[in-house]
Amino acid sequence: MSYLQHLEDQSIYIFREAFANFKNMAMPWSMGKDSNTLIWLAKKAFAGKIPFPLVHIDTTYEFPEMLAFREWAQKHYEIDLIVIVNEEARKRGIGYETHDPVTVTHELKSAALQQALAKYKWDALVTGIRRDEDSTRAKERYFSPRTADNEWEYRDQPPEFWGQFTTAVKPGEHVRVQPLLDWTELDIWEYIRREGIPIPKMYFSQQGRRYRSLGCWPITKSIESSVDTLEGIVEELKTTKTSERAGRAQDHHERNAMQKLRAKGFM
Amino acid sequence: MSKGVVMPPAPKPVPKDYVPAFFPKRQGGARAAGGPEEPRTSIVVVGHVDHGKSTLIGRLLADTGSLPEGKLEAAEKASREEGMPLEYAFLLDAFLEEQAQNITIDTTRIGFRYKGQSFEIIDAPGHREFIKNMVTGAAAAEEAILLIDAHEGLKEQTRRHGLLLSLLGVSRVIVAVNKMDLVGWKEDRFRVLEKEIREYLGGLKIIPREVIPISAREGATVMRRDDQHLSWWKGPTLLEALLAGAGKSQQSPEGPLRFSIQDVYRFDARRVIAGKLESGRIRVGDPVIFFPDRKASRIKSIESWGEETPLREVGPGQSVAVTLEEQIFVERGHVGALPEDPPVESREVRARIFWLDTEPLRLQAPVTLRLGTQSVEARLVAIDRVVDAEKLEAAKDSREEVARFEVAEVRLRCRRPLVYDAHDRVSATGRFALQRGPRIGGGGIITFAEYPASLAKPVTGEHLTWTEGRVSQEARASHFGHEGAVIWLTGLSGSGKSTLAVALESLLFRRGIGTMILDGDNLRHGLCADLGFSLTDRAENIRRAGEVAKLMAESGLVVISSLISPLKKERESVRASCRTAGISFSEIFINASIAECEKRDPRGLYQKARKGEIQGFTGIDSPYEIPEHPDLVLETGKEKVVESADRLLSHVLNLVRLKEEDREGAPGPGGQI
Repeated sequence: MSYLQHLEDQSIYIFREAFANFKNMAMPWSMGKDSNTLIWLAKKAFAGKIPFPLVHIDTTYEFPEMLAFREWAQKHYEIDLIVIVNEEARKRGIGYETHDPVTVTHELKSAALQQALAKYKWDALVTGIRRDEDSTRAKERYFSPRTADNEWEYRDQPPEFWGQFTTAVKPGEHVRVQPLLDWTELDIWEYIRREGIPIPKMYFSQQGRRYRSLGCWPITKSIESSVDTLEGIVEELKTTKTSERAGRAQDHHERNAMQKLRAKGFM
Repeated sequence: MSKGVVMPPAPKPVPKDYVPAFFPKRQGGARAAGGPEEPRTSIVVVGHVDHGKSTLIGRLLADTGSLPEGKLEAAEKASREEGMPLEYAFLLDAFLEEQAQNITIDTTRIGFRYKGQSFEIIDAPGHREFIKNMVTGAAAAEEAILLIDAHEGLKEQTRRHGLLLSLLGVSRVIVAVNKMDLVGWKEDRFRVLEKEIREYLGGLKIIPREVIPISAREGATVMRRDDQHLSWWKGPTLLEALLAGAGKSQQSPEGPLRFSIQDVYRFDARRVIAGKLESGRIRVGDPVIFFPDRKASRIKSIESWGEETPLREVGPGQSVAVTLEEQIFVERGHVGALPEDPPVESREVRARIFWLDTEPLRLQAPVTLRLGTQSVEARLVAIDRVVDAEKLEAAKDSREEVARFEVAEVRLRCRRPLVYDAHDRVSATGRFALQRGPRIGGGGIITFAEYPASLAKPVTGEHLTWTEGRVSQEARASHFGHEGAVIWLTGLSGSGKSTLAVALESLLFRRGIGTMILDGDNLRHGLCADLGFSLTDRAENIRRAGEVAKLMAESGLVVISSLISPLKKERESVRASCRTAGISFSEIFINASIAECEKRDPRGLYQKARKGEIQGFTGIDSPYEIPEHPDLVLETGKEKVVESADRLLSHVLNLVRLKEEDREGAPGPGGQI
């Protein structure tokens, strides 16, 4: 069995364990490559029908193509979609024009998610995070409990072994379910290629530049690249030494910015 | 303090008829073998605190050129801020707390490549209170690097980590003797440590693949050889050793089919049974029996969303979804197996466990036992020994609890039958986690399993399920002051079964023990009145007697069964049935020669049989199979009745009576035994 097959089987196992153990789960969806891989795996896990809603946290700084993709995918995959905007923060004038990226990301993503959690009372959220993205994510569990304040107690995480996960939560708490934890960026692309998963065109070169990771348009930089095929992306990744999220400004605002964001509920 | 970013030009809109980037599936279907994917070896690095784990990992990443741009510079900057020379450990210890305390807090995973091979390092912390993270890391690893500080030698954590590796099933171990620079690169120091660690691991049945002298800080024998300092070392470098073992893993071994059911989906007209193949493979058309209910059906299809052609077969380790030919009741926690190779189904589990929680695991305290997708309430009923990590010997004193970070050999009793295998037969269904409250507190591997000689009949009937009583066996035992049991007397007609049964019943009853004789002849007046004396009918007679005895024992009685029960197979199947229910079963061989029995002939039956008036009489024209491993033999031809009865009584009392301290608190009758 190939390593990619092993990853697929493990992710499907995690999806099914989550659905069997939680009463009210949801899956945040950003329309990026990891998110779309998650949808694909969920379709496989549940024999073609995703039995829980997908949640898009719309920062109002989305690339137009991502919104177009959202509309297309909703029909294509028969998705039950919930769109969330932190209107209150936008009314207060929170935005990239006036505020630093860490504040904006916290308000328009983490706080928005927090509001949605309070409203929908989800007990489990499926995320697309991977260990290789960032050193704080490297320490994550497949099932990672969050307190009622949406905080991550990374100093005292429960043990996790032999496919036995933390599946019990107190009222108000939720568990982050992370089926892609063991995948690398390269695995994602190899899998997209193996399965033929539809993804946004922004990942491919247009006028000599392409995006490697997609976030809010004011703080997401494209990279110089002429690659316009999946094979090309895979080859480019095998030789690059630049980290994937280098183009995402909020991570690099200050030392340990990512850790601070994540302890407060950022994905 | 808030400051906006320099806004780039707004992105262009997209056309209304937008479609995303589409690519065809790779040739040969999604699950085609081969392809560009490569195996990846996951490695756990363990060892005592400060023996240099994070430094070694930093060194591996730096030497193999696996660090993303900026990481090395960031570590240098962080080192400067803490006022230290470049600390390789800072490459990993991303958390502020760790940098301040200089210890790794949690499991970190980082990938690297060397000579075309992919590795994933799981860094496990060495600080004592973080051992649960080490377990988390090691359980996922295929290979372990056990680090020893050449200067400090083997420490408590070195040994405990070795012990845990053996429990977690990580059998491929490389030992790296680190900080050789601190001992002047001396070979004799290395050889002393090598001998010591090989002996220790040998006691755990772990033979290290290599024991290698290194210095992670100086970069000696990690990737590069160090001919200046370690010219005496002719063995491999650490990376050469890793490379030699790479890619030989990840393959779940073939074995008997164990299909753990995760869920049943009814999202549309289909009824989809979803789960994981813990071992073995499944094909369309296979007859599968689902335990513990033992319902049988056939695989109708393998559901294959995203595949060009539906799968016909799925192998070990894979997630799978199937539909069945006959609609039977199947639910999460059931285990599918092929009829010829069934798992064990029992309420008793013998295991080697490790405990991680601050609160000890106490005898009789309730825990949830999680094995695959099964989750059952259980109790620790016996602690046979606690393993001393230092000497690997049993701690001498008898124990009432298993404390944090201890390893112990125990027996657990479940409220419902558990489906499992011995760990050395099927590892995935031979290991479990123990959960108390919402948190996983420990785990274990099953060290012993008695497989049934033959499979009990699959249960027919659509709506049969297991009804669980509200009063547990433990509560009954505590109430009556003793446990229920089946005392199965077997022997020739006239050997003295009835005499001893009556004597035992009276002796037990006088000691306040609830007891009842189940006599073969009496049963034939009622429950078994429809049965004759053909081999089939006699077998059915034994089966019914066994089931009745088991039920009565479950209600708390000590059942004394007095039946000839001549065939080993039938006695064994009663034993298996009792074991499944968690009931003690004791086979007592009442041994008297056929000549002696015929001489006694209390009911004149031998005489009739000799005359041919009775056909198929055991010992005359029908066989009696002598028990191979009886729990007790009573020589009624040689010893007096009172001697036999006395030995029988003490055997039974040992089996059923509670320990002194359990009895004191027991409410109701039965305090006096």
